[in-house]
Amino acid sequence: MSQVDTHSHTDHHDDHHDHGPAKGLKRWLFTTNHKDIGTMYLIFSLVMFMTGGAMAMVIRAELFQPGLQLVEPGFFNQMTTMHALIMVFGAVMPATVGLANWMIPIMIGAPDMALPRMNNWSFWILPFAFTMLLSTLIMPGGGPAGGWTMYPPLIQQTGVALPFLIFAIHMMGVSSIMGAINIVVTIMNMRAPGMTLLKMPLFVWTWLITAYLLVAVMPVLAGGVTMLLTDQYFGTTFFNAAGGGDPVMFQHIFWFFGHPEVYIMILPAFGIISEIIPTFSRKPLFGYESMVYATASIAFLSFIVWAHHMFTVGMPIAGQLFFMFSTMMIAVPTGVKVFNWISTMWRGAMTFETPMLFSLAFVFLFTIGGFSGLMLAIAPADFQYHDTYFVVAHFHYVLVPGAVFAIMAGVYYWLPKWTGNMYDETLGKVHFWMSTIFVNVLFFPQHFLGLAGMPRRIPDYATQFADFNMISSIGGFGFGLSQLLFIYVVIKCAKGGVKATDKVWDEPRGLEWTLSSPPPYHSFSVAPEIK
Amino acid sequence: MSRTILNRLHSAALALFASAFAPAALADWALNMPVGVTEVSKEVYGLHMLILGVCVAIAIVVFGVMIVSIFLHRKSRGVEPAQFYHSTKAEIIWTVIPIIILIAMAVPAAEGLIKVEDTRNADMTVKVTGYQWRWRYDYLDHDIGFYSTLDRESNQARRVNSGTDPFSVENYLLEVDHPLVVPVGAKVRLLLTAADVLHAWWVPDLAVKKDAIPGYINEAWFKADVPGIYRGQCAELCGRDHGFMPVVVHVLERDEYDAWLVEQTTDKVASPENVAATRKL
Repeated sequence: MSQVDTHSHTDHHDDHHDHGPAKGLKRWLFTTNHKDIGTMYLIFSLVMFMTGGAMAMVIRAELFQPGLQLVEPGFFNQMTTMHALIMVFGAVMPATVGLANWMIPIMIGAPDMALPRMNNWSFWILPFAFTMLLSTLIMPGGGPAGGWTMYPPLIQQTGVALPFLIFAIHMMGVSSIMGAINIVVTIMNMRAPGMTLLKMPLFVWTWLITAYLLVAVMPVLAGGVTMLLTDQYFGTTFFNAAGGGDPVMFQHIFWFFGHPEVYIMILPAFGIISEIIPTFSRKPLFGYESMVYATASIAFLSFIVWAHHMFTVGMPIAGQLFFMFSTMMIAVPTGVKVFNWISTMWRGAMTFETPMLFSLAFVFLFTIGGFSGLMLAIAPADFQYHDTYFVVAHFHYVLVPGAVFAIMAGVYYWLPKWTGNMYDETLGKVHFWMSTIFVNVLFFPQHFLGLAGMPRRIPDYATQFADFNMISSIGGFGFGLSQLLFIYVVIKCAKGGVKATDKVWDEPRGLEWTLSSPPPYHSFSVAPEIK
Repeated sequence: MSRTILNRLHSAALALFASAFAPAALADWALNMPVGVTEVSKEVYGLHMLILGVCVAIAIVVFGVMIVSIFLHRKSRGVEPAQFYHSTKAEIIWTVIPIIILIAMAVPAAEGLIKVEDTRNADMTVKVTGYQWRWRYDYLDHDIGFYSTLDRESNQARRVNSGTDPFSVENYLLEVDHPLVVPVGAKVRLLLTAADVLHAWWVPDLAVKKDAIPGYINEAWFKADVPGIYRGQCAELCGRDHGFMPVVVHVLERDEYDAWLVEQTTDKVASPENVAATRKL
């Protein structure tokens, strides 16, 4: 079989050139190998996921009942701010970059990433950036407490933590931009012969578009926070009305970054789901080309909808109408994607292994998040929803059972390929059902809280919100505990287990299944032919 | 008609879910946006229910197809997978239908928005200023102005481990010392600004939420049709005590309001000493 051929060929090459991994710590510090770097990104992301998760536990514990029991309001605000920054920049983004590092070279038939040393650097910036960010919690005055959106003038009231926050964001931005450049260059230059753009797996496509989004908007965020820095320390007044500046301008800058950012987190997730559903439906992906065009449309639209985060700041009607209509438009390409996934399943022969379960939950629950997003687009109704728990429910639906479930689906899907061992299917399913049940107990009641009038980012609330908050907190604790099981399953799989075949699943499509499990240290030393 | 059915289904399903946890407290479980007491708030509620209805209808169809597929098209039933992967007709249909639905939604939404933003012909104007962490109301047509701060009882109970049960405090966190007082049926224009950081003035029953921004003067308006006490909160993170600067609006009958005006202008709250005293708090 052709798979076996490729495999032996690659091994043969390795024997000659002796490019195996270095031993011990050096392997990880100095590695330029896309798999090692991908692994480090994924482990880092898991550590950050648990760190940000621990902060979420503090938040849900304080909100378990009305009255303040555990923390001061100021510390509560630090928790909400840090939870968001860590989950967005530390957990979700590095996880998708880790998957990109592992899978893109393999999926396009390349030996490694195009810029391997930069790859090493873009990873190793992250632990320093997050150490700096986390260290603000023990600084005098505490960590940043103005929300991850960092709106001035409030963020200017941060103590000594402010420059550390800003430099940490600069470093994360540098890391993301380098990672994105690497991915673009790899995809553009390193595809195997015959792998035309429209033959690339959808995960590669979604990452290519995501990488362009990253290159476009991370500098905007960097510019915005730099202006905060100079306002604070160098006497400028970009955002200070008293000096002729404009506090609303920061919000425009932030959301010009922030809205594409949400697609940076979700587009790779779309790609993962588009890989998994065909495999377990035993049927090709429906509407491949329309998937690509839908992804590109979503990316384009993401640049012209930012002010829907700001309907209450007092924009002219024409502006509000523009942003309302453009936001509603996003429902069209997103709908195309959901319909394509369902059509892929239709008349397939489905089986329900853990990756497929997570993917199906993704389609259901991400769509619920999409619906609440459509509701939020309706400007007059948004005046009621804005800055309430309805918004909290909305973005957690698209980010947790959306992006995070897709990442977990991807991990279960490719873990046997990475480690050479099958994960424990029973435990995987237990993890899936616990996560899915608890995530809904956690976030669904928050819709009701928001509609009934509970603002977000408050440490204490009026007594009519008590019952749903208690249910939500119980869901939160359950969801947090379920993730310990995930860690156990991953470690158990990495240590050993039933050996995985090269194909792992029934009839998966894609070059990654032509390599051995685990793949050789250098993926494709001789490019495969794509017909 | 379909709205009420949806509403009922919605509440029933949730009541069922809720009853598993707290059978006694069902009456308190607010699930939905309040209809409110202004023309705008009713219109916003209508839009909310309309878009919710559209989403639920689409969800039933989409999830329905998906669930059918999950039950029918599984390997364990011995089906042979089809191999189709493209249908231009289907793809055009499911691009065009959503566009039509969206256009149908956009029209009432735009109309509603224009109504919300129409601040002309106001009967009275109140300047609302956000402070860390209280509100100030200045009646621009009269010589009245005062601060509005979280009431003492809530303020005591909300301290960490205060020993006071929040349930024993009436309107916990939603009561102030000096509420905004307006007459029923009058179009009240609000001019919103802030003295320090961003705040947002929000009362769900009036369907008004507008940011108060230093250096900006934002406009909003409401015309309450029913006398009563309406409560809301600051809706833009404004620092440590963001959760503790409620908004309370008393909508009075015209004659009561006039009596209140006389009372204010003659003594008490608005006098300079009192303002100075409030400032010290």
